[in-house]
Amino acid sequence: MSETIAFTRTPSVADVASHYCPGCQHGVAHRLVAEYLDGMGLAEKTIMVTSIGCSVLLYNYLLFDAVEAPHGRAPAAATGIKRTNPDKVVFTYQGDGDLASIGMGEIMHAANRGERITVVFVNNTVYGMTGGQMAPTTLIGQKTTTSPAGRCSSNEGMPMRMAEIMAALPGVAFSARVALNSVKHIAQAKKAMRHAFEAQLEDRGLGFVELLATCPTNWKMDAVQANERIEKELIPYYPLGVFKDAKKSGVC
Amino acid sequence: MADQRIFVKGNEAVAMGALDAGLKGYFGYPITPQNEIPEFMSKYLPEAGGAFVQAESELAAINMVLGAASTGKRAMTSSSGPGISLMQETISNMAGGETPCVIVNMMRGGPGVGDINTAQGDYFQATRGGGHGDYRTPCLAPATCQEAYDLTIAAFDLAFAYRTPVLLVGDAILGQMKEPLLRRPPIAIDPAEGADWRLGGTSGPNRRFVRSLHLAEGKLAEVNLRLQEKYRAIQAHARFESFQTEDAELVVVAFGSTGRIVKSGVRKLRARGLKVGLFRPISLYPFPEQALRDLAYSGKRFLTIEHNMGQMVDDVRLAVRGLADSDFYGALPGNIPNPDEFEAAIERACA
Repeated sequence: MSETIAFTRTPSVADVASHYCPGCQHGVAHRLVAEYLDGMGLAEKTIMVTSIGCSVLLYNYLLFDAVEAPHGRAPAAATGIKRTNPDKVVFTYQGDGDLASIGMGEIMHAANRGERITVVFVNNTVYGMTGGQMAPTTLIGQKTTTSPAGRCSSNEGMPMRMAEIMAALPGVAFSARVALNSVKHIAQAKKAMRHAFEAQLEDRGLGFVELLATCPTNWKMDAVQANERIEKELIPYYPLGVFKDAKKSGVC
Repeated sequence: MADQRIFVKGNEAVAMGALDAGLKGYFGYPITPQNEIPEFMSKYLPEAGGAFVQAESELAAINMVLGAASTGKRAMTSSSGPGISLMQETISNMAGGETPCVIVNMMRGGPGVGDINTAQGDYFQATRGGGHGDYRTPCLAPATCQEAYDLTIAAFDLAFAYRTPVLLVGDAILGQMKEPLLRRPPIAIDPAEGADWRLGGTSGPNRRFVRSLHLAEGKLAEVNLRLQEKYRAIQAHARFESFQTEDAELVVVAFGSTGRIVKSGVRKLRARGLKVGLFRPISLYPFPEQALRDLAYSGKRFLTIEHNMGQMVDDVRLAVRGLADSDFYGALPGNIPNPDEFEAAIERACA
């Protein structure tokens, strides 16, 4: 019997054990980024901006040049890189606490300026690293360590739909929301990842991809239940799809 | 442009110095009294092939600097008191991540929103690190437009020589004052500057990161030891002006615009026979401690004059400890310092 190799690790993903919890989908998101950039032969041209949260150690797992931005500021750091190095491929990798809460100013303005960067936004509806506090993306009724009775709109407002907010800004060339809870959804995510980078590579504007992902630890679920929660609770409020795909560049 | 005297504001002199130092990225946010810097940059930096972005906030501005600087490009921002306070988290990150850049603070009156008039109340912030953690940033304090230009260039060289953010601290007087300036030809930047650490061109096992997070046991301790070694090495770059201190009985210590005003006072009082001199620290960090201590050894008395409620005087006292002390006179932030009040204070200290 001759063997055929069915799968190899894409070279830009490090062959190391990660610190992520069982059932966490950061690993899937990492691979989607690396597979696209490796596939396009862009690894040496890439500079990534890491953020604060569970993915703070991203540079241990993705083998691209990296700068670590303070909490929320990754899009500004990416702006500085891209404006002074227009030939590089620049992406930020941010969680929902980082991007949609403390970093709302930076993402909105980078998007509005149409920075030629790609933003990978991992939305698991909770602050992960700090232990499961409420995020701007936490769903109504969702219990967290800082919304013990469940999030209530009259007190905490409504969960923020970032992919739609991004789509509303003229500087954004591509904005989509995908999920990482099934093979089918991951295949869609792979495609969205490509479009989010193409927006940058084709000099059309900012590319934004929101990934609905699990956090079994802070959701207090096992991996299977967490996957089911994406389907049952997240997708009804955070619909999947492409909200913006502008093929024209926004040059003045 | 080169080798000719031009008549410019201090803010413009800083901007020209940065441009001639090979600046590739300026990122800033409007705040009085330093707006001539971003205004100048918005026109001249793109013409010189660099990037100008008016950021949405000081938080964004300093992080754009972080991004550009991490790729080895000469990058800067400028602001004033409140804006500099907003930047402190990232300055701390850049000190920890060893990211060279220049940050200009044209000081205004505080605390809080204070006023837009001149003051020197940010001395502690500028010389003690200013943000969280154990770090320092070299800090240069020009007193003239020419010095503002020259020291901006020196600040970039220092930043890259030691891989550190460097502060340039002026005030509203310097920023808004017009003086002749001799501009030099732009410096040719070595294309290999930062080649051993800058981002953009490596991947795989050899990829690089610029970061200040160190979770592994003992790693942060190592980094802190290395930073402290760096700060020790930087001590060799202390700069100061010593004016008529040799036979002085009273040495007045003052920096920046205040130092310049005091100099006039010293000249006038010398003409009246008083044995006074001026010691003007030009680098606030490293503080020119040894030179001051040497003056203390020769039996001088000291008076520190600042445009604040007493900040640099702590460093003067530390420098001369065990040998002498220093009196203090502070011009009130919110008021324009008056040469007569300084003269009167010096005279009182001589009595």
